[in-house]
Amino acid sequence: MAPWLVRTSSQLVRRAARRLLSPSQHRRHRAPAPWKLCSVPPVPRTTSPAAGGGLWEFCSVRRFTGDSSPAAASTAEDGLAGGELELDFPGGKVSFVAEMNFLPESQKERINCYRVLDDDGRTVSGSKFQEVSKEMALKMYSEMVTLQIMDTIFYEAQRQGRISFYLTSHGEEAINIASAAALSIDDIVLPQYREPGVLLWRGFTLQEFANQCFGNSLDYGKGRQMPIHYGSNRLNYFTVSSPIATQLPHAVGAAYSLKMDKKEACAITYFGDGGTSEGDFHAALNFAAVMEAPVIFFCRNNGWAISTPTAEQFRSDGAVVRGQAYGMRSIRVDGNDALAVYSAVHIAREMAITEGRPILVEALTYRVGHHSTSDDSTKYRPVDEIEHWRTARDPISRYRKWVQGNGWWSDSDESELRNSVRQELLQAIQVAERMPKPPLTELFTDVYDEIPSNLREQERLLRDAIKKHPADYPADVRV
Amino acid sequence: MAAASSLHVAAPVATPRVGSSAGNRSASAARGVRVAAAGSGAARAGGRLVARAAVAAKENSPASAASKSDGHEVLLFEALREALIEEMKVDPTVCVFGEDVGHYGGSYKVTKGLAEMFGDLRVLDTPIAENSFTGMGVGAAMKGLRPVIEGMNMGFLLLAYNQISNNCGMLHYTSGGQFKIPVVIRGPGGVGRQLGAEHSQRLESYFQSIPGLQMVACSTPYNAKGLMKAAIRSENPVVLFEHVLLYNLKEKIPDEEYVLCLEEAEMVRPGEHVTILTYSRMRYHVMQAAKTLVNKGYDPEVIDIRSLKPFDLHTIGNSIKKTHRVLIVEECMRTGGIGASLRSAIIDNFWDYLDAPIMCLSSQDVPTPYAATLEDATVVQPAQIVAAVEQICR
Repeated sequence: MAPWLVRTSSQLVRRAARRLLSPSQHRRHRAPAPWKLCSVPPVPRTTSPAAGGGLWEFCSVRRFTGDSSPAAASTAEDGLAGGELELDFPGGKVSFVAEMNFLPESQKERINCYRVLDDDGRTVSGSKFQEVSKEMALKMYSEMVTLQIMDTIFYEAQRQGRISFYLTSHGEEAINIASAAALSIDDIVLPQYREPGVLLWRGFTLQEFANQCFGNSLDYGKGRQMPIHYGSNRLNYFTVSSPIATQLPHAVGAAYSLKMDKKEACAITYFGDGGTSEGDFHAALNFAAVMEAPVIFFCRNNGWAISTPTAEQFRSDGAVVRGQAYGMRSIRVDGNDALAVYSAVHIAREMAITEGRPILVEALTYRVGHHSTSDDSTKYRPVDEIEHWRTARDPISRYRKWVQGNGWWSDSDESELRNSVRQELLQAIQVAERMPKPPLTELFTDVYDEIPSNLREQERLLRDAIKKHPADYPADVRV
Repeated sequence: MAAASSLHVAAPVATPRVGSSAGNRSASAARGVRVAAAGSGAARAGGRLVARAAVAAKENSPASAASKSDGHEVLLFEALREALIEEMKVDPTVCVFGEDVGHYGGSYKVTKGLAEMFGDLRVLDTPIAENSFTGMGVGAAMKGLRPVIEGMNMGFLLLAYNQISNNCGMLHYTSGGQFKIPVVIRGPGGVGRQLGAEHSQRLESYFQSIPGLQMVACSTPYNAKGLMKAAIRSENPVVLFEHVLLYNLKEKIPDEEYVLCLEEAEMVRPGEHVTILTYSRMRYHVMQAAKTLVNKGYDPEVIDIRSLKPFDLHTIGNSIKKTHRVLIVEECMRTGGIGASLRSAIIDNFWDYLDAPIMCLSSQDVPTPYAATLEDATVVQPAQIVAAVEQICR
């Protein structure tokens, strides 16, 4: 019989005997220990995190050694001695308790939210944040403005029928730009679809954005995807794929490849509050924790998944509390505070890379725009709520106040910037619109690395059909 | 009766095939000639990366070129493992993901010993979330790795359908060629011995529509090793279908390195009267029926199509032009199976050469029952194949 079983049964006998004599002795186990997120318990690692090769040792726990996992090896806080009141199960030791206490479904207090700037753009006293240089601060600001204008103008272009579809990141400019600014170009970005700002930060030009939206022959996607499905392997930004949360396991895979290559880089993946309901969310977080993969899981909790508010999406306290369920560190930040987002991602990245662990960042924000051009959100939420967040809680104006407060920006800089971006965009749209669409051959290439015979045959049939009935096919598509 | 020296002409270089640049490769797939055949088979190397011609040393093959060594006997699962080991040794980007593939060695022992050889990171045990570890494979592939993703049973890969269809098959295309997905997705499928409905699935029918995927089915240790290597080296996502009942097949395979062509069919038994197209386990039922048929005076030509997507219409077409009669024998269900697609491809391309309607023997459209007698009744048996040939050749 297994030793633990023997010990346990004799323990049970002794404990039963004790219970009869003095029930008061067990009162200290009554209350469940509160979840402590502020202090991360030191997890003993059997491999030392030494410099160099030691960083990338794979998970120290092997299933077949029979050892307890490192997390459970940390002794219980009550300082029990001799293992008398402990049970040994696969997974490690646990203290037992004679009273039945269910963990509450939520904590009394919601998890606190990290912020650096108050609503007037002044740093909150005592706030700790990552300093930024004037150059960096101004670059962040102007990219946030650029993103806002880009969204506005492309949205208008869709309304005018010039592009078929668009979705904006209004209200989430700080998330987009500040998180991108905290990363290096080697960090791999796996977006959902509301993060073009990350690509903008990395150097994707307005013309390149326009080309993709118009699906012209200069589009890197060769006209195969809807607007806003940008991708650039040069800038380490994975092509947007419409299904929700499929990019989360991809991120774990990308981090796995970084780990294999021992690179000083991490993967970061973005998703919304709605994406946390997908099965891929659960498994990706679980995998990343088990594999100790350097991924940042960035949740843009903007309150709405099309028309589904968060109250109908989940009953947990947002996404941040789920980190601990997977054995992962997490933090909640004010997503409309550029400096808070910047600082949190900066530190998360450091932890992910140096400690080889995933981090969950939940940024609270609000989706000011409609879900997309196919949505009218006034149908399911009050207009004054939208207005409030669009004006009083705007991340750009808040950050602008801080930048201007430092004497780094002026009103004339502002109007100059806005004008030039607007001009550049209108120009880019005109150029993109006039550019021809990809030729017919591109319908059949890249399905495989080389065109197979069946696709060649299908292409031939299509060309024949067009030759025979040219009037039935658009004249401006190159054959 | 196939003449002793008749060799099925290897597909010439002009055959366009997925993943090859036509014209700069030596010849084509090796042909194995099996039991009931009197014919001989010469084997030649295929695949882009083979440095020298490999030879299949087969018993009863007088025409086979001289082999440098005698070869060694392996079981099919060992052949798959050999392929994995060889590729992992040569290419550090090849890695394996799956449930229990590491120290446990895989549920069919295909990955046994690999974790000790290559480490826990390259032979990765994953939690039970097929959609997610397949997604992980896609992400890793987009960053330059070459994952081999194992589904413990093909049926479980239905959970990975989202990643396979929406991402694996599509991302090379939708990214404009910027990201490629050179993954291999493999696992045991097919009807086993009383494994119940959920463990007896034939996923080739479900996957065949997905654009961007390639599908191959192995059936012998020789082609298992060659196809596994080719699949790993391919730049496209390849689904390699193994069969639960074939893992213990024994065969002598060459000691020299060889890689087979993913898009080619295998001539199993040349013949004159009827073309029988089959793959995976049904190959053996067909060959058993062939014995009976030969005794009855028929001369069936048996082709293991191996490549389920795309079909090797060149080999198949040459055969139909010779025999004018086609029988397809598959394990898929009737509706929407590989046979259904193959039939329509043959009609589209070779209608004028047919002297009889194409016959297709498939499993019924029922979930596979557990009871042994019922299970046997859902799988095409040699007696049915014999009857079908007799009917076609009337």
